[in-house]
Amino acid sequence: MRKKELKLVVTFYTTADAMAMEKACKEQKAPGRLIPVPRAISAGCGLAWCAGLDARDALRQLMDRMDIEEQDIHECML
Amino acid sequence: MIYLDNAATTIRKPQAVIDAVTFAMQSMGNAGRGFNDASLGASRIIYEVREKLARFFHAENPKQIAFTANSTESLNIAIKGTLTLGDHVITTALEHNSVLRPLYEMEEAGVELTVLDSDRQGRIRYADFKRNIRKNTKAIVCTHGSNLTGNLVDIGQVGQIAADYGLLLIVDASQTAGAFPIDVQEMNVDILCFTGHKGMLGPQGTGGLYVRPGLTVRPLKSGGSGVQTYNKSHPSEMPTALEAGTLNGHGIAGLGAAVDYLLETGIDAIRGREQALMRRFYEGVKGICGVTVYGDFSSWERCPIVTLNIGDYDSSEVSDELLTTYGISTRSGGHCAPLMHKALGTKGQGAVRFSFSHYNTEGDVDAAIQAVTELASECV
Repeated sequence: MRKKELKLVVTFYTTADAMAMEKACKEQKAPGRLIPVPRAISAGCGLAWCAGLDARDALRQLMDRMDIEEQDIHECML
Repeated sequence: MIYLDNAATTIRKPQAVIDAVTFAMQSMGNAGRGFNDASLGASRIIYEVREKLARFFHAENPKQIAFTANSTESLNIAIKGTLTLGDHVITTALEHNSVLRPLYEMEEAGVELTVLDSDRQGRIRYADFKRNIRKNTKAIVCTHGSNLTGNLVDIGQVGQIAADYGLLLIVDASQTAGAFPIDVQEMNVDILCFTGHKGMLGPQGTGGLYVRPGLTVRPLKSGGSGVQTYNKSHPSEMPTALEAGTLNGHGIAGLGAAVDYLLETGIDAIRGREQALMRRFYEGVKGICGVTVYGDFSSWERCPIVTLNIGDYDSSEVSDELLTTYGISTRSGGHCAPLMHKALGTKGQGAVRFSFSHYNTEGDVDAAIQAVTELASECV
């Protein structure tokens, strides 16, 4: 397994939100990738956006600009 | 075979639609169910189609588009998910049973129902909407185009009435989506119900609904959602709220290709071609002795449908003769539009519906005119 480090994890209410995030990040060349929601955040299923901690402001601005609704923004060891 | 039953389903689909379905059936995982390339690929395709449909109908954002199996499912969700005991709802005699039957069920559950009459040409009077509004009126449910006569309803006008009186407007766009411009925001539509397999030129088993942001619709179904697994309730956020269970991803991929085709070809061009064929047929049959054509042909801006009867022949007999002797496919009987037939006086006889696609040719139309001419000559 990979060595764990603190990452930013954005969760969403729906898969459609996660897809909107992925598309917007690709288009805007914002950092990160989709991951399955980590157990530390939720014991359910679903997709989350994972990026480095330093991407917080850029992602926040992107989500505001693109009208993407997140459920929460976490920091966790991944 | 000359296929003139395109109001039931468009039989010829763009090759790109067939290719997209084939590709999806060879590669698609279950959208939103797990983290693997096949699943993510499916989620991406479905999201892209959501975006395309949102742009196509001028929705505020893609999340307001939920996928269903057809208009009937969309209309059931819209009607049963917004009306409750004590509400009053207004609809029209133009409606299909996919509107009427859910409304009759709601009537049994304590919803008050008013059905606006049409005249003998199948036209509604817009003033009737206002005249029938009560203190407890919650919604208007209205078709955009009659599946029997092809008459259009000016949804912009109905939407303005709904907006003026604070009513929900639920629109059945089964016969118009894909051929007529629909702008849900400009037309004040709260819920738009559409199917994928008619004018949209997509696969059967696809459809959907647009829901205005901020409007909560109670879902008909609950179950797997791919998110919030340990929540006892189905998620309430659109579009997941109305999409329990695995979506028809293969079909939705085809629907996306269909939207691309419609935009590339141009819906004005498609509609113009269909209306020209309809006009050619109408002009060819309207004067035939013994033929009665139904509907309002004072404008060519109508669905590409011509419905007629020959003398007092049973419409099923005429449709059968058209198929077996001339190889022409039409639709006879009641067309799931009982109140419209009642208004036209064709409840017993039914009627024979000819409906055109832009893929039809002038030769198809002329063959149909010739067939009707010959059949009519037998009854004189």
